[in-house]
Amino acid sequence: MNAPLIRMEGIHKAFGPVSVLEGVDFELVAGEVHALMGENGAGKSTLMKILTGIYAPDAGRIEVDGQPVSISTPADAERYGIAIIHQELNLIPSLNIADNLFLGREMHRFGLLDRKAMRERAKEWLARIGLDALDPSTPIEKLSVGQQQMVEIARAIGQNARVIIMDEPTAALTERETATLFALIRELRTQGRGIVYVSHRMEEIFALCDRISVLRDGKFVGTRPVPGLDLDEVVRMMVGRTLEARFPKRTSVPGEVRLQVENIGDAAVHGVSFDLRAGEVLGVAGLMGAGRTELARLLFGIDKPSQGRVLLDGKTITPRSPSEAIHAGFGFVTEDRKALGLVLDMSLRENVSLPKVPAHAGLVDRSGEKKQTHGLIDRLKIRTRDMELDVRALSGGNQQKVVLAKWLALKPRVLILDEPTRGVDVGGKAEIYHIINQLAEQGVAILMISSELPEVLAMSDRILVMHEGHATALLNAATATQETIMHAATGGK
Amino acid sequence: MTARLTWSDAATLIQRLGSVIGLALLFIALSIMSPDFLSAGNLLTVLRQVSINALIAFGMTFVILAGGIDLSVGAILALSGAIGAGLMAAGYSMWLAVAAALGLGALLGVVNGVLVSWGRVAPFIATLGTMTLIRGLTLVYTDGRPISVTNNAFALLGDGYVAHLIPIPVVLMFVVFAVFAFLLRGTVFGRHVIAIGGNEEASRLSGVRIAPMKLAIYGVSGLASAFAGIVLTSRLHSAQATAGAGYELDAIAAVVLGGTSLSGGRGWLFGTLIGALLIGFLNNGLNLLGVSSFYQLVVKGIVILIAVLLDRR
Repeated sequence: MNAPLIRMEGIHKAFGPVSVLEGVDFELVAGEVHALMGENGAGKSTLMKILTGIYAPDAGRIEVDGQPVSISTPADAERYGIAIIHQELNLIPSLNIADNLFLGREMHRFGLLDRKAMRERAKEWLARIGLDALDPSTPIEKLSVGQQQMVEIARAIGQNARVIIMDEPTAALTERETATLFALIRELRTQGRGIVYVSHRMEEIFALCDRISVLRDGKFVGTRPVPGLDLDEVVRMMVGRTLEARFPKRTSVPGEVRLQVENIGDAAVHGVSFDLRAGEVLGVAGLMGAGRTELARLLFGIDKPSQGRVLLDGKTITPRSPSEAIHAGFGFVTEDRKALGLVLDMSLRENVSLPKVPAHAGLVDRSGEKKQTHGLIDRLKIRTRDMELDVRALSGGNQQKVVLAKWLALKPRVLILDEPTRGVDVGGKAEIYHIINQLAEQGVAILMISSELPEVLAMSDRILVMHEGHATALLNAATATQETIMHAATGGK
Repeated sequence: MTARLTWSDAATLIQRLGSVIGLALLFIALSIMSPDFLSAGNLLTVLRQVSINALIAFGMTFVILAGGIDLSVGAILALSGAIGAGLMAAGYSMWLAVAAALGLGALLGVVNGVLVSWGRVAPFIATLGTMTLIRGLTLVYTDGRPISVTNNAFALLGDGYVAHLIPIPVVLMFVVFAVFAFLLRGTVFGRHVIAIGGNEEASRLSGVRIAPMKLAIYGVSGLASAFAGIVLTSRLHSAQATAGAGYELDAIAAVVLGGTSLSGGRGWLFGTLIGALLIGFLNNGLNLLGVSSFYQLVVKGIVILIAVLLDRR
């Protein structure tokens, strides 16, 4: 075999006193899809940021095609043919596809933009990844998330990237878009490019990848070929121990009906009705855009329903604002924790007490607040050195626990969870499941929106399936299967 | 009350202390360069000059922390001062005049809050509009002429001294500072101000009632401006329709020099005090050194630019 596309050896990186990478090795050969795995905070993103010139390593060497190189800026990375597709897409929504593809390297004639040439070249690039149907003059904001991602990949290919790093690329994609993306990744592989695939979704990795490298606490654990590898071993490599169970068991039985939703709807939700009992977990499944988050927003008073009503303990409440919903006993763990769940520049303590600051007559009760925060840090096993740390500095999994902690402090009667484990690692997921079970056992009524079918099936008592704003099925989780859910989620009758 | 120092605290502290260090350096430099600078008389005079801008800037800090901006503060200062002076000229008592002026300032601030929250107008535009409107109303009310104040008790607010030494405006400045600093750090209101500036949508979804908060925040700014208007009117023994023109920019400069982020969510009131002092001592020092007022503006602009460049992150 020739020299690998990329070889990183003994990479060290520390931020101040905190060591993030301690002698990590990583190798990518041409024509492979290589999964990079590890828990939140294991150092995956830092390693990729070093490879793309965003951070400089403190020690270690990087080779491209067997030649030692120094990658100190993103421009260096681009020159060596290394491109990254970020989780948060880097496109300008108001500009069209061609403008975005050539952003910063516009083609011009006599100092004027050569739109025609760019459009033609854009068409060529799109065709190369099978997107002949897309018109390069379409504004980005008109595209689905999946298509936007394709545009990013087209840009990488257009710039002759031979190494493409994808960070959780399927997090926001529908089933079909995911299939399209996988076909494209396989095509890129046969073209001899190398793909680094960062994801927490085991199923995908086993379906797609050739090799897996695992990091744990900033250390390199090992690289294994996927054929012949089993899931338990990967989990063991990631967490350094055997997890008892991916989904802990719950013993409680649902009690009285707590929440009745009758024919509620607005522009995106069409007359949805269901009951939710105390101590019950009602899973809400469906594809992207099925109206699941919109349903949650109606229940929590963020958007105003145009029809229907909500009853809590038999009384009509239909919240008109989040603050009314909270007073009625609702909590809402939002899907997008950075934009909607947290104030990133505030401390863990301040975030936890945002819905209800412990106070007497408007004056903050500091010691009460600290006690409350301590209790929640212990209960949720939030790993932090200090409750005064800005939540920006926490890993994704710990941030998610902070969002949960906010609502636990309020002792809600109905808790809405929207993708509660998105972007959270295996160990963190198990801990969040454990908390959900605990809450249900204490009698909290839980509505859990999730796109991960194994999670919905294992955690729910019943499953509400939505399709294009309608509730298409209400299944008993004990008898439901991934197939019956998908059937209802795609509108099948 | 304060916990042990953590790394992030230390980093923030060093970043924040920039303005304090700047003020200290300026202080030392001026002491060496001008023999008149370091006298109790001069220092207290500067503090008294600073007090007007500082009072406005304390209110502005709340608005900027919450992610907004208030351009109408100078105009509110002028109208409140004029109404107060007008009421006294019409024979009403000083206390009624002061209360009316403060109430009017708070009310005008609340109007800003209404435009920004329920009206969904960008703060810059909304307060640009009310700034022009209020300035116009002031000209209409005063007919463009100064309104003199003859009330001797009222004049004490701006002219008087505590213990024959410390000017009353300076005392008022520190009292308002203490009250506002507590409001910001010790109350649920202050916590929510910073939360809104940090992430308005997350705050709303956490049950913070954004609209009433904004009315209150702009109300605080209007109140502080009216207070400054009263002190200024008292000090000058008259209210001028053109009083306070351009003060909004000095107040914003003080807030930003103090290390508060213009995008909201990060900052402190102590920094604003330091920022206002920095501007005041800079003006005073340049005066003592005989630098022309034209060059003073140039220097002030450079200092502001250096400060914000150092504060980037």
